[in-house]
Amino acid sequence: MNGPMLYLPLIPLVPFVGFVLNGLLGRRLPKAVVSAIALVAPLISFVIVLHAALLVWSGSLALPVIEQNAPAWISVGSIHVDFGSVLDQLSLVMLLIVTGVGFIIHVYSVGYMHAEEGYWRYFAYLNLFLFFMTVLVQAGNALMMFVGWEGVGLASYLLIGFWFQRDSAANAGKKAFIVNRIGDFGFLIGLFLLLANFGTLTFTEIAARLDANPAATGGVLTAIALCLFVGATGKSAQLPLYVWLPDAMEGPTPVSALIHAATMVTAGVYMVARTHFIFDRSPLALSVVAIVGAATALFAATIGLVQTDIKRVLAYSTVSQLGYMFLGCGVAAYSAAIFHLMTHAFFKALLFLAAGSVIHALGGEQDMRRMGGLRTKIPITFWTMTMAVLAISGFPFMSAFFSKDAILAAAFASGSLGKVLWFVGLVTATLTAFYMFRLWYLTFFGDSRNHGAHPHESPWSMLGPLVILAVLSVGGGWIGARRFGAFLSPSVGTRAEELSGTIEYVMMGLAVAAGFLGWYIAHRMYHRARTADGLAASMPVGHNLLANKYYVDEIYSVAIVKPLLAFSKYVLEWIVDVAILGGLAWLLAGIANLGGAILQRWQSGNLRSYAAWLALGAAVLLVFVLAPYVWGSSAIVFNWAGH
Amino acid sequence: MNSLHMVSHEVPLVWYLLLSAVLFCLGVVGFLIKRNLITVFMSIELMLNAVNLSFVTFAHQWHQVKGQIFVFFVMMVAAAEAAVGLAIIIAVFRARATLAVDRIDLMKL
Repeated sequence: MNGPMLYLPLIPLVPFVGFVLNGLLGRRLPKAVVSAIALVAPLISFVIVLHAALLVWSGSLALPVIEQNAPAWISVGSIHVDFGSVLDQLSLVMLLIVTGVGFIIHVYSVGYMHAEEGYWRYFAYLNLFLFFMTVLVQAGNALMMFVGWEGVGLASYLLIGFWFQRDSAANAGKKAFIVNRIGDFGFLIGLFLLLANFGTLTFTEIAARLDANPAATGGVLTAIALCLFVGATGKSAQLPLYVWLPDAMEGPTPVSALIHAATMVTAGVYMVARTHFIFDRSPLALSVVAIVGAATALFAATIGLVQTDIKRVLAYSTVSQLGYMFLGCGVAAYSAAIFHLMTHAFFKALLFLAAGSVIHALGGEQDMRRMGGLRTKIPITFWTMTMAVLAISGFPFMSAFFSKDAILAAAFASGSLGKVLWFVGLVTATLTAFYMFRLWYLTFFGDSRNHGAHPHESPWSMLGPLVILAVLSVGGGWIGARRFGAFLSPSVGTRAEELSGTIEYVMMGLAVAAGFLGWYIAHRMYHRARTADGLAASMPVGHNLLANKYYVDEIYSVAIVKPLLAFSKYVLEWIVDVAILGGLAWLLAGIANLGGAILQRWQSGNLRSYAAWLALGAAVLLVFVLAPYVWGSSAIVFNWAGH
Repeated sequence: MNSLHMVSHEVPLVWYLLLSAVLFCLGVVGFLIKRNLITVFMSIELMLNAVNLSFVTFAHQWHQVKGQIFVFFVMMVAAAEAAVGLAIIIAVFRARATLAVDRIDLMKL
């Protein structure tokens, strides 16, 4: 290999070793050792990624780097799939986010989970998640990506159901897994279509084939892109498969921060960016991605307006922000989408961790109606949370100000559909600012509405990560969308349309104004005078619709889950299983039993009857042998071999 | 080649074989109808010796020593069988206080 050693295969393997150690031995190890193993594993991965990033930064490493240090995984006929690790601009950024934010959240977890029964189990799962996530990001072909994709789903299931003694947590885990399976089915069909049409699953080869054939658009490429996007809607919680993410908040809060906000749920965006060369060839698929993204952004934001559980507000916010990212992908502004993915990883992880700190301070209380007045009680949490709220609201010069603006500007620049979607995004920005500041006011301002609790600031193992993420949330956008896009362009291409300077500043101004509008409304409704309750009472239908999340869960239950259960019970269980399969089994058993009952009479256990059969048999043989001599014409002739 | 009719100055070969067959049938019948384990055992010995007789007859007829050697093997096995068999019979009698074959049926389904 030319160039410096990068140790890329170690990035997933080290967390895997951590998982094996903690998973097998963790129960017997002291807590300090479990923590040490769990923290060192992601740290090593992060250092390896950082090392590679510094080499790239200093110009001594040219991307992409494709390492083939293992024999082929699958080699059947013309199909070859290998374990190669791919490091290009896109995966480098993603790896930095995954391992960096991942490590920070591991540190936070040490403080947050210190009193938990399954401490070792928690960290084993968390390391397992990092293993699969890095496999997903590093994958050079769609099948390895699928392995990581399924693996993070497994880790997500295990961690959502971490408190499996609670029915709601166990059910939420199952819901997440099953809903994701629906999306994965689409992903799989996409893989098969890729294999059928290109004969390979390696991203670079597919891209090369498409480059060699510039006329190929639409048709099967649209089908592939849409199938892959179905997978993305499952993993990244977009309409109509977003329903699992709010329920996933049953898991521990650091898990919500790492898996269900910062990294795993962004895998869909990453996948679309990774396979952008397919989406680029299908205007229809791109439009679908953009519309679904914008619709999800608006839809989830409206639900977020009235939620009372602090984590659920953040969950709907995550769904909404992921919608923004898909909006960016849908207008082919992949670098803007990844840029927003990065800033979102910072501020949303921070929001969740700060919310976790609030919950920790109140001894497990998650209902914002029983919070309030925490500003002075937990000042560090308050200030870091404030940074995150400002960041997500698109406050000037905070991180999302740059990234959200990049997406909105790209949407505005792409045709008349884009202008509609841009407006949806702008409305969503107002709603986002509103529900974030609503959360902020309800949690930290006014009088305490929780008289039982004695709020206490969290330990430094939790506050440290908050501070680091706050710095990143504030400064993470300063790299600038243009420079970020230029860096990513070898991986995801560049956009043709660019806005002129003036329009871009107008866009920026409008986005900021939208954010301030949201803040202003939240301020009027939730700061001293609580006018929101009156407003909600005056519109009971609308409020109920939002508070019940548009009854989507209920609709799914009636339209899909119950018919499916009924079909399973009456057709599959009663008719197919019990009647047909069970009946066949009984029939075969009956035949065998009957035969046995007849034949067992032979085995009387009477010694003399056996002997009689023996003698009879010998006599019959004798008759057979002698019959020709006695009744036939043959004479008995003795032949003796010896003579 | 020799044939059955060439030894007319001696007791004919057929008589030996007939005796052997009669003894063997007696053994079989005894084995089938007697109830006492010892009698059954003796019937087996009778069958073995009937076979021995035919071996010796043929050995004499064909001037082959192999038949005679085989008889020694059979007698040896019969002796060993008698030793083991009688020991089992004694053990059975001690345990069950009967030697009726029909009553020794613990293995029956």
